[in-house]
Amino acid sequence: MGQTLSEKILSRKVGRQVKANEVVTVSPDYILSHDNSAAIIQEFKEIGLKKVAAPEKIVIVLDHVVPAASEKHALNHKIIREFVEEQKIPHFFDIDAGVCHQVFSEQGFALPGLLIVGSDSHTTTYGAFGAMAIGIGRTETASIWATDEIWLRVPETIKFVLKGKLQLGVMSKDVILRLIGDVGAEGANYKAVEFSGEASSSLSIDSRMVMTNMAAEMGAKNGYFEPDDLCLDWLKNRAKKEFEIIHSDPDAHYEAIYEYDLSNLEPQVACPHSVDNVKPVTEVAGTIFHQALLGTCTNGRLEDLEIAVKILEGKKISRRIRMLVLPASKEVYLEALKRGWLAILYEAGAVILNPGCGPCLGAHMGILAPGEVALSTANRNFKGRMGSRDSAIYLASPATLAASALEGKIVDPRSYL
Amino acid sequence: MKGKVWKYGDNINTDVLFPGKYTYTLMSPEEMAKHALEDLDPDFASQVKPGDVIVAGRNFGCGSSREQAAACLKAAGVQAVVARSFARIYYRNAINLGLPVIQCPEAVDVLEKGDEIEVDLAAGEIRSSKGNFSFPPFPDSVIGILKAGGLIAYTREKLKEKGVL
Ligand code: SF4
Repeated sequence: MGQTLSEKILSRKVGRQVKANEVVTVSPDYILSHDNSAAIIQEFKEIGLKKVAAPEKIVIVLDHVVPAASEKHALNHKIIREFVEEQKIPHFFDIDAGVCHQVFSEQGFALPGLLIVGSDSHTTTYGAFGAMAIGIGRTETASIWATDEIWLRVPETIKFVLKGKLQLGVMSKDVILRLIGDVGAEGANYKAVEFSGEASSSLSIDSRMVMTNMAAEMGAKNGYFEPDDLCLDWLKNRAKKEFEIIHSDPDAHYEAIYEYDLSNLEPQVACPHSVDNVKPVTEVAGTIFHQALLGTCTNGRLEDLEIAVKILEGKKISRRIRMLVLPASKEVYLEALKRGWLAILYEAGAVILNPGCGPCLGAHMGILAPGEVALSTANRNFKGRMGSRDSAIYLASPATLAASALEGKIVDPRSYL
Repeated sequence: MKGKVWKYGDNINTDVLFPGKYTYTLMSPEEMAKHALEDLDPDFASQVKPGDVIVAGRNFGCGSSREQAAACLKAAGVQAVVARSFARIYYRNAINLGLPVIQCPEAVDVLEKGDEIEVDLAAGEIRSSKGNFSFPPFPDSVIGILKAGGLIAYTREKLKEKGVL
């Protein structure tokens, strides 16, 4: 029997054919961490080793609370900078770079066929480039720094075959929300998720990254698109090293295969307080909110800003709400700046934030008060995530967000484009 | 090591394994063991014997990422957890803390509370009064982690062996 992409990548790593449910010990190509590196450093020091095993594989991006919001955060960053210096870790990105998943991808670390681990659950994002990318814990990250090895269970795979063409105003965010709503927050627990079918290959790289990012929200270990010409074009002049393109075999074993026709898909909204509480936008239209957040590692890319600009150009957002725009990275920010998009959004009434995680995790800037509701393009709406325990979050696409910001209540964006 | 089966259903979550109200205080392993499965099976903590095995359904350990939900079972002497499936974070936490977690639906189909059971990790076999069941054996490294009692201790041991520590 053939192998899935995940089985193949892990087989190459161990030098023999492996199949789902086996446990293997492998050496990853890159290890990502962010502001939590300070905690990892502490655990690493407990092991007692002086030097990390492979400094060139470690990628650290400061993004969660940047610039430092308090003395405590500042100390955290300082510990990390000193460690980077001491260990001669070459791939370090300071507070100007942006959110780790976008920076990691743009800087050419996310490549087809690679095995990437990261101490952040949305490490799955790099599957957009055909990598096997997995979120792990802090203790294990410290241990990999020390040994250059990790144990992994080879995942079974669920395949989503996507057909048809999205309507204007319906985005890949709506697709992934629908899939999560259908299979549930644990629907792909411990499994790999493969996105395929003609509709998948017609999606832009920005759109693909939204889906692999949120594969984590159905419990997936990794989620991926098979690399194609579009992907290879994107990687040109970015790739940090040589790579090999790996595909699933046609006779690979899938635990389940789901087919979707996207032609009739409506925009979707994940309602409080779980990501799988997904409803078509028409069912929640009219819902009042107080803060709109456009950005994060899920939807802070050029394509996302572009659709918001299309909807908001020359208009003003509702006075009932405040809108925050959080470009995902320095590259995105600079490009949006050059194209005049940030000016358009600023004039429409939005506040432009520096690239990073910003309000997504409720640690600083844009915190919600008790009783407030946010509409966000992020990936999680757990209770209290963006501030007060008594606040609520709705998740939607950038198009839904922009149109809703105009009206001060949730609306269907399709008539705004 | 031989032990007896404790049988539970699907979706045994981290809250019933180890109640959230105890997670913000530091506890010794012995104290943690006293609260294991407190809200699911009040008899468990007082009657569990070293070597006993938990056999359960789907999605064992779902919920929060709290590591105590695995540590408390290990402290109670549980030899292994056999389930139809595990929540991803629980599976990793358990092994990294030194608690063997085994996915073996065939064994779950057959085994009942009180059955005699023995788990052979190296051979990948569960032996019981109701028959034997095999599972893909763990590689040496994972067995090493389990034997050392957890990942940090194992990493330290391994580095010492290599002479780098
Ligand atoms: S933007 Fe939000 S989801 Fe993404 S890495 Fe930052 S905190 Fe996590």
